[in-house]
Amino acid sequence: MNFLFRYANPHEFMRLSGAVLPVFAVATALCLAIGLYLGFSVPPDYQQGTTVILMFIHVPADVVAELAYGAIAVCSLLSLVWRHPLSDTAARAAAPFGAMFTALGLVTGALWGKPMWGTYWVWDARLTSFLLLLFLYFGYMALWNAIEDETRAARACAILALVGMVNIPIIKFSVDWWSTLHQGESIMSGKIAPVYLAPLLIMMLGYVLLFLTLWMVRIRTAILERRARNLMREAAA
Amino acid sequence: MNFDMGAYGVYIWPAYGVSALAIGGAIVWTLVSWRRAKARLAALEKTPRGTAAPSK
Repeated sequence: MNFLFRYANPHEFMRLSGAVLPVFAVATALCLAIGLYLGFSVPPDYQQGTTVILMFIHVPADVVAELAYGAIAVCSLLSLVWRHPLSDTAARAAAPFGAMFTALGLVTGALWGKPMWGTYWVWDARLTSFLLLLFLYFGYMALWNAIEDETRAARACAILALVGMVNIPIIKFSVDWWSTLHQGESIMSGKIAPVYLAPLLIMMLGYVLLFLTLWMVRIRTAILERRARNLMREAAA
Repeated sequence: MNFDMGAYGVYIWPAYGVSALAIGGAIVWTLVSWRRAKARLAALEKTPRGTAAPSK
């Protein structure tokens, strides 16, 4: 815990994130470039034809959508239990990116569903629980904006985020618990052909790094905005 | 590399296009708000205490 508290104070965070940001940005660009190159070099799948290429943007977007929600939930827990100064800022900063990746997962999934399933959308367990994730993000962001007092807003949002966390395992296991059109898990179970696995993993890493990079910049922005607000308050006093 | 997606191109290219646009937009928005926050704080720090009345 000491480690966490040491680096989670705004001053230390600015120093540390400033040092690692360029590394993260370069690694993101490299992963996405290599992932796209490998992705566009794979042979068509024997069942899915060329649409298999959609996997390299669809799966990473879904993974980051859930990862970002997990990040918000962890920060919310830290905020509620330890009243951590930076955790509210971090939780709030992750939400727009989480919502964006969720929307991308839904759009790329719909565009994959049409040629493979014959429909853009179906109200089955995986798709519906994933749509719920998008609404959770919207609700979370709306709640932040709805409550003026920042401390109260942070507490309400943290509780909402933790309650919404119940949806994450539902998304994950929906393909096992219910019969759905969506295919089952294929990475951990080794069902995916190795030729598709390498570009998929590299693109996943690229998307995760992209999220972490954007998230860090967003937290840094929020810290500066808070400093500016404090200065204005001092000036007004 | 192979960019011939055949008949499925009408689904594949929009998916890649939307992803590129959204991610590009997120990067631009993040950088613009960072620069704006930095400039605003710098301007506030320059003005002597007690005299500042900067616009919001």
